[in-house]
Amino acid sequence: MVEFLSFRDGEAAQEPAVTVESFTGQSNSTAVRIEAGEDARELLPYLDRLSLVEVNFPAYGDGRGYSAARILREAGYVGELRAVGDVLVDQLSAMRRCGFDSFRPDKALDDAAVERALNRYADVYQKTVDGRSPVWAKRHPEKING
Amino acid sequence: MYRYDSYDQSIVDARVEEFRDQVQRRLSGQLTEDQFKPLRLMNGLYLQLHAYMLRVAIPYGTLSGRQMRKLGEIARKYDKGYGHFTTRTNLQYNWIKLADAPDILAELATVEMHAIQTSGNCIRNISSDQYAGVAADEVTDPRPWAELLRQWSTFHPEFTYLPRKFKICVIAAEEDRAAMRLHDIGLKLVSRDGKIGAEVYAGGGMGRTPMVAPLINDFVPEDEIVSYLEACLRVYNRYGRRDNKYKARIKILVHELGVEEYKRQVEEEYAHMRILGLNPPTEELDRIRPFFAGPAYESGLSDEIDRTDPAFALWADRQVAAHRQPGYAIVNISLKPRGGIPGDASAEQIELAADLAERYSFDELRVTHAQNLVLPHVKKADLYAIWQKLDEAGLAEANLDLITDIIACPGLDYCSLANARSIPLAQKLSERFGTAERQADLGELKIKISGCINACGHHHAGHIGVLGVDRKGVENFQLSLGGSGAEDASLGQITGPGFSEDGVVDAIEKVTDIYLTQREEGERFLDTYRRIGMKPFKEAIYG
Repeated sequence: MVEFLSFRDGEAAQEPAVTVESFTGQSNSTAVRIEAGEDARELLPYLDRLSLVEVNFPAYGDGRGYSAARILREAGYVGELRAVGDVLVDQLSAMRRCGFDSFRPDKALDDAAVERALNRYADVYQKTVDGRSPVWAKRHPEKING
Repeated sequence: MYRYDSYDQSIVDARVEEFRDQVQRRLSGQLTEDQFKPLRLMNGLYLQLHAYMLRVAIPYGTLSGRQMRKLGEIARKYDKGYGHFTTRTNLQYNWIKLADAPDILAELATVEMHAIQTSGNCIRNISSDQYAGVAADEVTDPRPWAELLRQWSTFHPEFTYLPRKFKICVIAAEEDRAAMRLHDIGLKLVSRDGKIGAEVYAGGGMGRTPMVAPLINDFVPEDEIVSYLEACLRVYNRYGRRDNKYKARIKILVHELGVEEYKRQVEEEYAHMRILGLNPPTEELDRIRPFFAGPAYESGLSDEIDRTDPAFALWADRQVAAHRQPGYAIVNISLKPRGGIPGDASAEQIELAADLAERYSFDELRVTHAQNLVLPHVKKADLYAIWQKLDEAGLAEANLDLITDIIACPGLDYCSLANARSIPLAQKLSERFGTAERQADLGELKIKISGCINACGHHHAGHIGVLGVDRKGVENFQLSLGGSGAEDASLGQITGPGFSEDGVVDAIEKVTDIYLTQREEGERFLDTYRRIGMKPFKEAIYG
């Protein structure tokens, strides 16, 4: 069983994440935690100094964190983006596609199930922030640069 | 007809295997029902009152004879020999065994079909105009865009756990045959300076708080529709209410923010998103478009129809619509036989429709949101032969848009959410008003019945709407008048206190009597209601 999953090179960020409110109110923290109702765009002025953003999923069905993740990646955030909370194996693939690169689920995940879930779909239809080439780009390689 | 390439097929095949794995984990006890529920609900599998129900997607209501035949075969092999066509132009099987569900999906995948996103809080099956590609009044065939959006919405990683389900409709004609403005997002393709783009309507819907969607953008260029929808959905995903499922649809967000503020937020989001390269290149639309090109029509065909058989003539006058190609017609097949269950079709009837499509309609069928079928490309010279075959199979009812062409949800006979039975009421109404003379005299009159507040039977949009409620343990039916799902979209108004099942049939008869005495030349029921208002109807019902 895996309690922490990372797709990043090197060590995971260790500094405890602080709330958005205390993060934006002080200058020295490098790790922040976003709750489901909070606006990821508040962090955009500070992306350079951030090394970890945790996005909390209070329930697997609360999908706000997917938008938060994509917004951060679209704005150029390259640090660790960690999904925490009610993160189930069936959501890993979509979370990866939205830019999450580490996971600390409330309940440990089965290694084999993680492997299956992440390798299930060879092709995807949308362009997101994970660098995967969508089906439409594969169909028209001459029209797409990168 | 769109055909899968190897990418489309591999995605659907992978989904079959994923679901097989999930069902296996459930059957072996690795997953509890609580853990399994969200997984099966991503794939159209509901646990209903008596059995599992599986909802199969029919994207934009278009399918081939081969696909239709497969639906009949599954009905016979895995269900009780019938299926139910829904208001989302899907097909539901009501008596499915969990252990069979993966095999059914595997069979569907062999004919390029699936049950992906036919339930869950995600983007559902994209709906469209059943006359797409053959209607004289359309700007372009809307289905290439619908297919583009089918692909875009399939397993969209950001929008799989929305606050609530999300329904998108694409039309391209002035006449709205698909209730476009009662969708979470409705797109109406229009032409401006020779370029195609979409009018975008957001925040329509039925349920307990029905709304007609307001226009939020009057022209989104065709090659920006995907990214614009991403912005619309992102604003909804971030700010739609999640505290109360009855207030979670986008219509509540748009209503609470106000149209201008929602629109402003979408524009702000769009400013970020339009530069990200999210839109497929125009070459992708160019790839899809030829699949929907009209078939190889014969030219020089006669427009004459031999009307010597009066029963045929009656049917043809009601069920056949004008086709834009000379010598051809659009045939509507009624799934509303007198006293029958709206939208139900037996395996044999489904297979007959498949045969007729292959033999007479260039291998193409449509499903309508009013729960009927369409053969879109029929030679006028073949109409009589088609009618004879339909008649033998009990499918030759001539009631398109008449009082017995009733939309009804499955109701308490099947559905675990329902408060009241819709089907027996539909059957009684169909019996009461079902003679040909009476229906013809009443003219266009759309009755829509929902067995609970979720409004799957579109009662808010019925010229006459009926809502089943539970009143201290007894089924009770509320009547509303004046709704419309068409281009003149409006929401029905409740007449007053509810009725018993028989009581509401009597009340509807009183309503139609008022219409018959008050109507002016050429007025439909809806026109008379709009002119004279609720009062005379109310007096007749309760006075």
